[in-house]
Amino acid sequence: MTPSSSIAAPGATPAPEEHHDHHPSYLVDGTTIKSWLLTVDHKRIGLMFLFWVLLFFLVGGIFALLIRVELLTPGPTIMDAMTYNRTFTLHGLVMIFLFMIPAIPAVFGNFMLPLMLGAKDVAFPRLNLLSLYIYLAGAVLALWGMLNGGLDTGWTFYTPYSAHTTTTVAPVLFGAFIIGFSSIVTGINFIVTTHTMRAPGITWFKMPLFVWAIYATSCIQVLATPVIGLLLVLVTVENLFGFGMFDPARGGDPVLFQHLFWFYSHPAVYIMVLPSFGVMSEIVATYSRKNIFGYRAVAYSSLGIAFVGFFAWGHHMFVSGQSTFAGGLFGVLTMLVGVFTAIKVFNWVGTVYKGAVEFKTPFAYFCGFLFFTVFGGMTGIALGTVSLDVAWHDTYFVVAHFHFIMVGATIMAFLAALHYWFPKMFGRTYHEGWGLVSAALIILGFNATFIPQFLLGNNGMPRRYYEYPERFQALNVASTAGATLLAFGFIIIAMYLTYALIYGKASGKNPWRSKGYEWLSESPPPTHNFVGPQPVFPEEPHFYVDPKKAEVPDAV
Amino acid sequence: MSELLNNILFLPEAASTFAERIDTLHHFVVGTTMVMSTAVGMAALFFFFRYRRRLPAQATEYIVPTLKTEFLFVSVPLVFFLTWFGIGFRDFTWVTTPPKDSMDVYVMGKQWMWKFSYPEGPNGVNVLHVPANRPVRLLITSRDVLHSFYVPAFRIKMDALPGRYTQIWFEATKPGTYQVLCTEYCGLSHSKMLAEVVVLPQEEYENWIQEQRRGRLQDRQDALADNSLVPPVARMVEQGQVLAGTQGCLKCHSVDGSQHIGPTFLGMYDRVEQLEDGQTIRVDEAYITQSMMDPGAHLVAGYQNVMPTYQGKLQGPETAAIVEYIKSLRTPNVREGASEGPAYDAIQ
Repeated sequence: MTPSSSIAAPGATPAPEEHHDHHPSYLVDGTTIKSWLLTVDHKRIGLMFLFWVLLFFLVGGIFALLIRVELLTPGPTIMDAMTYNRTFTLHGLVMIFLFMIPAIPAVFGNFMLPLMLGAKDVAFPRLNLLSLYIYLAGAVLALWGMLNGGLDTGWTFYTPYSAHTTTTVAPVLFGAFIIGFSSIVTGINFIVTTHTMRAPGITWFKMPLFVWAIYATSCIQVLATPVIGLLLVLVTVENLFGFGMFDPARGGDPVLFQHLFWFYSHPAVYIMVLPSFGVMSEIVATYSRKNIFGYRAVAYSSLGIAFVGFFAWGHHMFVSGQSTFAGGLFGVLTMLVGVFTAIKVFNWVGTVYKGAVEFKTPFAYFCGFLFFTVFGGMTGIALGTVSLDVAWHDTYFVVAHFHFIMVGATIMAFLAALHYWFPKMFGRTYHEGWGLVSAALIILGFNATFIPQFLLGNNGMPRRYYEYPERFQALNVASTAGATLLAFGFIIIAMYLTYALIYGKASGKNPWRSKGYEWLSESPPPTHNFVGPQPVFPEEPHFYVDPKKAEVPDAV
Repeated sequence: MSELLNNILFLPEAASTFAERIDTLHHFVVGTTMVMSTAVGMAALFFFFRYRRRLPAQATEYIVPTLKTEFLFVSVPLVFFLTWFGIGFRDFTWVTTPPKDSMDVYVMGKQWMWKFSYPEGPNGVNVLHVPANRPVRLLITSRDVLHSFYVPAFRIKMDALPGRYTQIWFEATKPGTYQVLCTEYCGLSHSKMLAEVVVLPQEEYENWIQEQRRGRLQDRQDALADNSLVPPVARMVEQGQVLAGTQGCLKCHSVDGSQHIGPTFLGMYDRVEQLEDGQTIRVDEAYITQSMMDPGAHLVAGYQNVMPTYQGKLQGPETAAIVEYIKSLRTPNVREGASEGPAYDAIQ
């Protein structure tokens, strides 16, 4: 079975055996520590990002569990109020800046983008390595600040509180500022790679949808990240020297902070979910063996979300004292994001229509993803309905909503990508049974954690509460139980994937029989991705039509 | 029916006119959402089962949506989303524009308590008394960091910002006691920044206010009161008059209508002023506050930009007292009498 033969031009990918000795996989091409730490290979950089991202996910996850345990009882349970405030700040900061924003672009984007474009590497390999070290430097500084003195402002750093608090604001903010540069550098690298390094045959509308999603994400990163960078510097200066930019006692404006903050942080939500949408487009096509239903609609809607996402930030500020008219404007624009997301959902379901579905672990995550996106998206629309937001704003309803769409969808996509591309990255397979069991456990645990939080929000429980009135307890206990289930799911995954990494069976080149472009090279790929001359890609990705019956599709 | 839905959705008792509007829209949105999500989910599940793979490398048909299909994908959600938005924005406009005859209460957030001042006295900490079935406008500010005033039973919420007044109004429909929570993170004891709204029938409210004016604080009020926060003069207008004198306002602003360095206070409230830049502005609490803190922001035509800022010189309650004093110098063009609904027509 050579799935590539019908797509690649003859001679483009010689049989692997011939060149095996001369072209070892990227994993074994150089085994010294130095060969890893100073590598410019996008695949190795992707793997190193994977290591750090997983580590920070563990840190953020442990703090999430501490929060849930604290909220088991209405009063103090395991920590004091200050510790709790620092805990939720650390949970938010680590999860957002160190896990969710880099998770898919820096790991899978780095690894897959050049493969999907038929390129040997990204456009700026050394810059790519630099982005890893910038990320680590920022992470170390931020974590050092959080553990030495701690920060209790919440991840939003709202002024004037962040300008007044005596906790360690400066190093944490400066750390986040540095991490922003990593994000910008990665974004620029991906944009240039997409523009200049596509192999012959890969026109814009033959690019895999994952590339479209990463491209749209990179545009947001490059345009929005500088704003929060400047903002973080301003707050640091305000906190250290009493700058007076945001403090009304010195003539500043606290609402200005919120405008600048959400101008980045709202698009940042799409930095987190757009790559997930891309991963899911690949996975649904592979496992239902179908071309994407409405390829162009899905591609354009990524750009649409990226664009409109810049004009919806004010929906975080409906009750901040901004004008009624501004509330209305931001409300309408928020609805448009919902429409673009709906287009994607309908087209994914359409892709399964008349497909050939194989229900493997990544597809199980696709199901979970579909549910979280629809439910999270719909509650987002409900929150964009201005008058309803007056009631829900800053309650647990919002917490549940953004965990569903931002965290739920991203985690589903991250795990789906990890399972889908595991054979590609390591050339080994994992135990399918354990995969399905843990997927079920995680989807169940996630729902059990966050559905009670929607109800808590309806009932009126504000977020960031260390203590709460007794009527909220039952739902909090349910949520904590769900979080425990979720943790078990992750432990199981960690165990069988580590096992597979060491003892897993060889997967072969293309275990899913996918017609995604990245499967055309070896698994794991050699250092320069493709052996022999420049590969050629005459067909669109995920073209599963029987060659004997194939009508050449019209360019729709 | 709606009672049952409220129980399923864990909604607290609906005790204001706004709450009833919110809950109706909430049921509509949640209902439609559930039906549509279920439909999409069922379709997906049906496809997973109906089109399961039978051969390892099965070929499929090349299917692309027609323009009509894509149009449906876009227009159906758009119509629903915009409908919800339309209703929601109408209600939002309604709740942010208080009726003219609403009763005013000043609310000040402070780490970590709520202080309430009635223009005609009294003051109180952490307990707000209001009459039932009467619009109450809250003028909200903060003494330190951001807070947010939230009454779940009324479904209302508004941020408290230092150096600025925000407003929201409600009309409580049922006598009773309702919880007030702070929903903007404000530091160590954020979750202890609780207060309550006591809604009294009109008659009892009148009695309560009479008692307060005689100087007899209720026991609970007494226990919760922080004396440092209660200004010496209970009536804000009187306090404002004293402050206007001691702070030097009256050196430039007359109170009898005569022209001076600054515009006269007489009849200033609710007047439409012609500004230096050609625009007009209606003088309300927000404009008066802004003019005290940033006098040059909207200069009335014909006056020099000579007023110093009072930012940092006046505390929240003092600002409120001066605003109340200016409001007390009314002229007949401030309409009084029975409510005719919101000041601005809600968008239909």
